[in-house]
Amino acid sequence: MPNTLPPDSVGLVTPQVMHCTEPLTLASGKILDEYQLVYETYGELNANRSNAVLVCHALSGSHHAAGYHRMEDRKPGWWDNYIGPGKAIDTNHFFVVCPNNLGGCHGSTGPTSINPATGEPWGPDFPKVRVRDWVHTQARLADYLGIEQWAAVVGGSLGGMQVTRWALEYPERLRHAVVIASAMKLSAQNIAFNETARQAIMADPNFHGGRYLAHDTHPKSGLAVARMIGHITYLSDHAMGEKFGRELRSGSFTPGNDEPVEFQVESYLRYQGDVFANTFDANSYILMTRALDYFDLAREYDHDPVAAFSHARCRFFVVSFSTDWRFPASRSREMVNALMGAQQPVTYVEIESSYGHDAFLLPNERYRRAFTLYMARIAREMQS
Amino acid sequence: MNTVNNNHTMRLDLSEAQHWIAPGSRVLDLGCGDGTFLKHLRDTKQVHGYGLEIGPEQINACIEKGLNVIEHDLDLGLGNFADGSFDTVVMAQALQTMNYPHVVLDEMLRVGKECIVTFPNFGHWKARLHLAFRGRMPVSDLLPYEWYDTPNIHFCTVRDFEILCAEKNITVLHRQVVNEQSSRRLKDLSPNLFGETAIYHLCRNGA
Repeated sequence: MPNTLPPDSVGLVTPQVMHCTEPLTLASGKILDEYQLVYETYGELNANRSNAVLVCHALSGSHHAAGYHRMEDRKPGWWDNYIGPGKAIDTNHFFVVCPNNLGGCHGSTGPTSINPATGEPWGPDFPKVRVRDWVHTQARLADYLGIEQWAAVVGGSLGGMQVTRWALEYPERLRHAVVIASAMKLSAQNIAFNETARQAIMADPNFHGGRYLAHDTHPKSGLAVARMIGHITYLSDHAMGEKFGRELRSGSFTPGNDEPVEFQVESYLRYQGDVFANTFDANSYILMTRALDYFDLAREYDHDPVAAFSHARCRFFVVSFSTDWRFPASRSREMVNALMGAQQPVTYVEIESSYGHDAFLLPNERYRRAFTLYMARIAREMQS
Repeated sequence: MNTVNNNHTMRLDLSEAQHWIAPGSRVLDLGCGDGTFLKHLRDTKQVHGYGLEIGPEQINACIEKGLNVIEHDLDLGLGNFADGSFDTVVMAQALQTMNYPHVVLDEMLRVGKECIVTFPNFGHWKARLHLAFRGRMPVSDLLPYEWYDTPNIHFCTVRDFEILCAEKNITVLHRQVVNEQSSRRLKDLSPNLFGETAIYHLCRNGA
């Protein structure tokens, strides 16, 4: 509850909405007659519209990447560490756009929206969405905002997948691709974690085959477990050990004592799961994890990532983190090798961090410095 | 003109080596440091280059210069690069820090059509005197480390290196030795005795 906002914050922000009435044909072949995207912007678009940066969010993210909605907000947007005046994505130089992806549950059209054909919420009938569909709707948003070419498209994790898809789908519409803690496709283990999370949701008796809104309920405990599974994979063993160890929140192991024991880590995970389950839609979660699973950058290029990247026209900045086991450094290196094989301009850094996949959201001096230097280079190029 | 500027800050071995790199060629710089050499090649010869580096500060310096720098531990090898994917692979003052310099050399000539290596010549007369009369491992301005903390773990002389090249069937296209205080006549007379830094331009026989 800050009385004043930090000087390096973008400050109070108000989400905006783009309503698109042009029908959208999805990768699945299904057609959405109309849809809306909710988005936020930070900074000012310059006169020649050359300073726009698109930020793509990850699985549980939203359009609220930086700043505060209200003075009472406890926390700023999800990437406030790296977006703001003087920060890596410096809003003194860049006009930053961050939309909530189609199929999400923070204001963009998704499973909780009304299906015009039925007058009821889409629920499980909302069409399956793939990463390229997000990229196409983001391109419509760029048209709407009058942005011909992004200075950079930036994203971590699932956001990074959107960035690489942008580079292949609209090669002329971005100058730089910043791909953080991402991969060209998920591993079997990754898909397995996602499926376990989905099964947790579907096993909740309140799920009702996805039609929980019609039953005036939602699969809160299933979604919480799904989030707990995800959360474990975003942290490293080390980070969890350091944060919680085997600390007890209640109870004890004193002989003769039978009171229930609760580890700190249990309580933490349950809290995280509950918070998430109260703010996220289960069908959206299923849809988004499926988009993650289906993504395979080089599939349509004969599974040859070098051939895929030969279509790109932008410069790449790739970042990975040492203890990230969900999107390990080896996956980023595969991408970098493919980029070099395709003779594309690329810079790659491997950041030492003990915070696992979540490191891409957290403060880290070396990450901050390299990211800042790369973005500053983009800003310099805009001037020359 | 930034050629002049760069020559100021560029080490002697690299300002020699640049003459062997063709304009517009593909260059891989192993251990590219702060990117001075790559930047010079980019600005003056429009080469398409990547630098491999492991030091965070050096990597940042390369990012600032807008270079393609890849964080990469050279002791892990070059297995991620295809055969003949570069015109020239450069390794300046780093061969002697490798765990297996002879393997590195093979790899450089697999990945590059040609390669350029520079290394401190342990056959230089000062090094010889150091060992002969003081009975201690040579320490100099160029090699300021003690034997126990030096990153330079595989020293060789100009002669040692040429024997290795002969054994490996590697062709020496060019050889240069350079000195801080240079006397051309002495270097030409006996490079192994009077060259502080050796610079080799190599290719595979028959390549």
